[in-house]
Order: sequence, then structure tokens, then C-alpha cells
Amino acid sequence: MDQETKDLINNEITNNEVCLFMKGTPDAPQCGFSMAISNMLKILEVKYKGINVLETQSLREGIKKFSDWPTIPQVYIKGEFIGGCDIVKEMYENGELKKILENKGINFKK
Amino acid sequence: MAMDLKEIETLIKEALPDAIIEIQDLAGDGNHYSATVTSGEFSGKSKIEQHKLVYNSLKGKMGNELHALAIKTKEQ
Repeated sequence: MDQETKDLINNEITNNEVCLFMKGTPDAPQCGFSMAISNMLKILEVKYKGINVLETQSLREGIKKFSDWPTIPQVYIKGEFIGGCDIVKEMYENGELKKILENKGINFKK
Repeated sequence: MAMDLKEIETLIKEALPDAIIEIQDLAGDGNHYSATVTSGEFSGKSKIEQHKLVYNSLKGKMGNELHALAIKTKEQ
């Protein structure tokens, strides 16, 4: 991964409390898994930044290396990698996601 | 760009010999699977680490030959 891509990812996860690296945008997701996570964050009324990895090939590959995770979407909260679609969905269903948001001081609909 | 259900099971089994694996071909197209993996190797590990063990067992096929594999891990 080149330094530029690394800096770009670091900037996004530092400057945005909740980041969703996804295929497409929150308004127009291009993949069912990205849409699922996007919808969960919307339901929880979490303010998040959706980053479309389809716009840049270096970002699409770079984020996988950065997180050491082979799939997209990927969720970061306060700079910490939380998980991909399966994990975040499971956490959403069992209430752990709310706990993490709470612990990290992120506003959401309780 | 498709993978056989048996092949997925074999790869996971090689990496996690004690694993109980249930795989479903969700769309019947050899491209969208869901796997529930139960293994003693998962105990004491975070969900991220557990899923990584499964991803690693697939030797880079995840996200390439294998487009979609929903994973659920359970500790034994």
C-alpha cells in the first residue's frame, strides 16, 4: 500500500468518529452487505462518514491491507476497527454495538 | 469465480481440524455462502480474531474466487 493511501485512511478514521468503508454511498449503496450496515447505522441515528471504496482502486485494496481484513464493508469507530458485515450485524442484533457506541461516547438513538 | 461447497469445508477443516462446519449455498450459484463454524480454537479470542482464523483458512480466496461468505463463529 502506498503512503498516500495509508495517509488517506488514517485521516478518515481520525477525523470521523464513525467511518464506514463501503461499496457505493450511504444514499446509493452498490452492494447488499454495505447497504445492510449503512441501514443499521441509520436506524441507530449514528452520524457516520461513508467512504466509497469503488471510487479509488488503491483504496479498495488498501483498506483490506490496512485492516488485515479481506472484505468490504468495514466499520471503524474512533479509529478502531470494529468488524465487517457479519460481526457488526451480530453486534447490532445482540446489543453489543450500542454498548460500544455508548462506551466510546458516540451519540445514537437509545 | 465460483467455489464448491466441499472445497470451502475442506479448507476450513484443514486449518481448524476440530471444527463443526455448516455451510449453506444461499443462492444456489456457488458464489454466495453462509458458514457457521464451531471450534475450540475460538475460545478466548475476539470475534475479529475468530473470523480471521476462518478467512485465513481460505488462503486468500475470500474476496476473490469467493465473493460472499457470511461467517458466524461459535466457541465450543
